[in-house]
Amino acid sequence: MGNEENKKEAAIVIGNLTKRFEDVTAVDALNLRIERGELFGLLGPNGAGKTTTINLLCGLLEPTSGSASVSGYDIRKEAHKVKELIGVCPQATAVFPYLTGRQNVELFGDLHTMPKEKLRKNTDDLLERMGLVADAERRVKKYSGGMRRRINLIMALVHDPEIAFLDEPTVAMDPQSRHAVWDFISDLKKQNKTVILTTHYMEEAEELCDRVGIVDRGKLIALGSPEQLKQQFSAKNLEEVFIQLTGRRIRE
Amino acid sequence: MSSQRVFALVKKELRKLISEPATLFMIILFPVVLTLAFGVSFGAIGGNQVTTYQIGVVNMDSAGSDRWSQHFIGNLTNMEILNLLIYPDNETAQSDLIQGAIQAVMLIPEDFTESCDSFWIAPTNPSLWINTTVQLSLDSASIFATQAIPPIIQQILGATVFGEKPASVPRPIQIGSPSLVLSSKTTMFDGMAPGIFPFAAIFLIMMVAQSFSEDRQNGLLRRINTTPTTPTEFMTSQVISNMIIATVQLALVFAMAYLVGYRPKGDEASLGLAFLIVSVFSLCNVGFGLITATLAKSPESATGISFIFIMPQMFLGTFVGFALSPSAQVAGKFMPSYYVTDALKSLFLRGAPISSPMILLDLTVVSACSVAVLLAGILLFGKYGKA
Repeated sequence: MGNEENKKEAAIVIGNLTKRFEDVTAVDALNLRIERGELFGLLGPNGAGKTTTINLLCGLLEPTSGSASVSGYDIRKEAHKVKELIGVCPQATAVFPYLTGRQNVELFGDLHTMPKEKLRKNTDDLLERMGLVADAERRVKKYSGGMRRRINLIMALVHDPEIAFLDEPTVAMDPQSRHAVWDFISDLKKQNKTVILTTHYMEEAEELCDRVGIVDRGKLIALGSPEQLKQQFSAKNLEEVFIQLTGRRIRE
Repeated sequence: MSSQRVFALVKKELRKLISEPATLFMIILFPVVLTLAFGVSFGAIGGNQVTTYQIGVVNMDSAGSDRWSQHFIGNLTNMEILNLLIYPDNETAQSDLIQGAIQAVMLIPEDFTESCDSFWIAPTNPSLWINTTVQLSLDSASIFATQAIPPIIQQILGATVFGEKPASVPRPIQIGSPSLVLSSKTTMFDGMAPGIFPFAAIFLIMMVAQSFSEDRQNGLLRRINTTPTTPTEFMTSQVISNMIIATVQLALVFAMAYLVGYRPKGDEASLGLAFLIVSVFSLCNVGFGLITATLAKSPESATGISFIFIMPQMFLGTFVGFALSPSAQVAGKFMPSYYVTDALKSLFLRGAPISSPMILLDLTVVSACSVAVLLAGILLFGKYGKA
């Protein structure tokens, strides 16, 4: 891990990564390699270990065993470097309610020490693309749930990160907002950003992702492009793939 | 350390202060209203106003020969600190005392003049004196009246009977009488004011505890932790923002106290040192706030738990302290707020110079406590409070 080849080639390399919480194994010997510029979907039901995997990769949790590198930097030894390169959109909306939308976004730009001019430009651009310009100077506590979700996403991306971790970014969004976010994520791919998207919406993964990894009870049980997986399991969609693999529906 | 990150987080904290009504009230309005209320209640309005005690006098000295009692009453009337009300009988005076209209009733006995005359006929032979007693009833609801009135009356009675000459055997050394005129110009608020400054700062504990618990509950601490912000940068921003808040608090409380007539002794340097001591003390409260946030599961429980640290500091170390029992006053010496109040008393009340050893000792104790509590808070919160 951390060698020059990885720094050049792979965005994320995970080797036997394991995380245990007392008697629960949330991530069980996960092996995965995500290339630069790839839009990778981590699929699975609630409690499958998707968020724990992201928390491990962005330095919020210490692995029990195994290793992982982000853009060639070891997540244990070079966590600070990793944090400089990534943007994280948490599953639960985490915004400062007493700040305006713009202040929330600019705060996170400042925390990534962005030059003021670039920060202002990126903020304006992202607010515009997410349809929040008119409400940018309002305090976030007065926003609707969907608006908060969009600000939550912008805060993760304002500093133009190399690698974005988007943890269920469209959960609890209305269909219109969800499609706006999908377009936005597709644009990230066009900019050659690496995106790791967790979702339990199978149609979202099919629509957006180059490759998906299906996880269940902490284990990676399938890996490939949506088309490959559908072909391999002779399934109409990823939901059917999941049922064949686990005998359950994803939202059970 | 990145100043951009620290400054951004400080700005966020200060924005919270002005945009959250509850925080604004606790940190700014509460101390301002408290100072105003205390100033009005404890006699500071209008500057160095004289505190006066209402004394009811019932003169039962024999009619026609009451020259000594009239002389005594005249001397009492000359005292700026006393306001005399003459009653025809004891019952009416006692009734007013019970109702709180007056703070004391003084009963001049029938044989007062006779007693004084007998002394002057044979000043060196007590066996020839006619002994008598001036009865004094005091308002037991007023600790200040019970403490202040008897020695004042005793002193005036002495001056009335003996004149300027001492009654006892001549001595080469005399005890100087306290200047009642000067002491009367110190209001109760003057005594309390040095304790109000740390009192206001103590409530930072609640604010810090609530803020950290709320940010933790809303996932904001975790979110900040996904950025390159280091724990040192984060804690530095907390320290700076709370020191700014404490300074603003102190300035507002000072301005409000000044408005209601408080005129502390000391110069600009004393004021500067007072600001420094309270700012340093604010770090201690950040530390207690972090410990509270570590113990609390939610912002609501943080409010309750914060009183574990607020109450002892408030009762044992601020303006409330002077009325406590001796053992409680000893306990107060374990409270950082006690040393802040003590230093401010020396600066503002006694006019001590900033280089005075006791003030420097107070500053040293406050600094040491603040660093220790802050470090304990950071370590405990870092280890057990983030989850």
